[in-house]
Amino acid sequence: MKARPPVTDWATDFDHMHQDWTQDPYPIWQDLRQRCPVAHTDRFEGAYLPVRYADIREIAYDPAHFSSRRIVIRDERLPLVSFPPITSDPPDHRAQRAVLLPLFTPAAMAPHEAAIRRICRGLVDRFADKGTCDGAADYAQEITVAVTAMLLGISSDDGDLFRRWLNDLLVVGTDDPALVMRTHGEMAGFFMKEIALRRANPGQDIISRLLEARIDEAPLDDAQLVGMVRLLLIAGIDTTWSALGSCLLHLATHADDRRRLVADPSLMPTAIEELLRAYSPVSIAREIVADTEVGGCPFKAGQMVLLSFAAANRDPEAFPDADKVVLDRAENRHAAFGLGIHRCIGSHLARLEMTIALEEWLARIPEFSLAPDAIVTWSAGAVRGPRQLPLVF
Amino acid sequence: MTTETAPVLRVEIDAARCQGHGRCVVLAPELFTLDTLGDALVVGDGTVPPDLQAKATLAKANCPEYAIRFARD
Ligand code: HEM
Ligand code: SF4
Repeated sequence: MKARPPVTDWATDFDHMHQDWTQDPYPIWQDLRQRCPVAHTDRFEGAYLPVRYADIREIAYDPAHFSSRRIVIRDERLPLVSFPPITSDPPDHRAQRAVLLPLFTPAAMAPHEAAIRRICRGLVDRFADKGTCDGAADYAQEITVAVTAMLLGISSDDGDLFRRWLNDLLVVGTDDPALVMRTHGEMAGFFMKEIALRRANPGQDIISRLLEARIDEAPLDDAQLVGMVRLLLIAGIDTTWSALGSCLLHLATHADDRRRLVADPSLMPTAIEELLRAYSPVSIAREIVADTEVGGCPFKAGQMVLLSFAAANRDPEAFPDADKVVLDRAENRHAAFGLGIHRCIGSHLARLEMTIALEEWLARIPEFSLAPDAIVTWSAGAVRGPRQLPLVF
Repeated sequence: MTTETAPVLRVEIDAARCQGHGRCVVLAPELFTLDTLGDALVVGDGTVPPDLQAKATLAKANCPEYAIRFARD
């Protein structure tokens, strides 16, 4: 990715790919909330940035004006690529979503707990005695790649390939359209082969289950199947890896919270929700398809809107002490998994992975901190999380 | 003379709003359950026994879609 030109004013020239945002977006949102809660930019061929929870919620609830047909903000508008259901709007969206929902309920995820725990333990075994590791690269990332591969019935030896695709689509590709289209093609080819293998020899994995699915009594066609499986890979890996990396970073740098969680594991469920709130990794976009107004500001058709659920979750009007992590926060309607009809289908899986990963880590490594002189780097783009996270213990 | 009884608290799910975040089921499994798509249902007729009122309030306060309502009858 090329270096981004400096931002002259975040209210009129915002750039969520700029390193100031990637490194530390919180002061930017605080400033905008004070003086311009719906920022705009002429970059990306025109886009808006609401930073208030109420406005973000209203947009997420209004697919008639804010379409999901484009959900990534890039320097230029690319041909539409379909990843049902995330790129779909009503009325098609609901039936496509209903195909995936039963495969990802808490009850459907529970049987995978033992396997996820084994994956986490195996990773901790590799570095627990060394006294150092990279929490993002050696742990968080490895877990989500292995779990996603397991659920899709794909060899985790292909993990490097997955990581490259994600990087090409979501990071390098934001200003390289040819690369994005090439990567989509490569993924489609890969998954067509996997689908053919499952047709010949079905198993219990999600690709096999999708082959049994019906919409209006018809099986999914190849384009729908490839789109859905591609989406599961893209949506499942660096999101959860980012969320988990942020949890580790927080606990490494906040000894009081870490010790509290170790002493009282019953805090885990609210702690996970709170860390998801405070460090929400996902900002997704909409394309405006009809002129409208939200929060007193005009939104013009043809432009994009960035839905920063992370900014919504730091809005003091929605969360008292929004910039403070409160592990037992009692009231927490956070939007880390989105709001409205596109609520994250993988949310129960993500919670399970995060819970088990933290439990297994804290059981073996209750005391840890950032390495001296550590440089923490952050991903740029739609998914924000630590990519380099040197820890010592 | 009629005897005054404390109103009975019931929880209700607004199915049009519920998107299956599942927060309610984690916070108050005695009161909520999920259907095969992962959307919430109330257990039984939704009556909240006095010892579960705090849990009911917590579940309501954590539903991101404002899909949980209280009814008193
Ligand atoms: C902590 C980790 C995760 C976060 C923060 C997250 C966040 C989100 C958000 C904010 C949305 C809404 C997008 C929108 O409004 O357009 C979403 C949708 C989605 N997510 Fe996740 N996600 C995570 C993990 C996962 C996992 C593990 C999977 C699956 C394996 C997954 C699959 C999906 C799918 C399929 C959708 C589309 C739902 C629809 O359009 O109806 N996500 N996710
Ligand atoms: S928390 Fe709210 S949206 Fe989520 S399942 Fe319960 S009622 Fe539905």
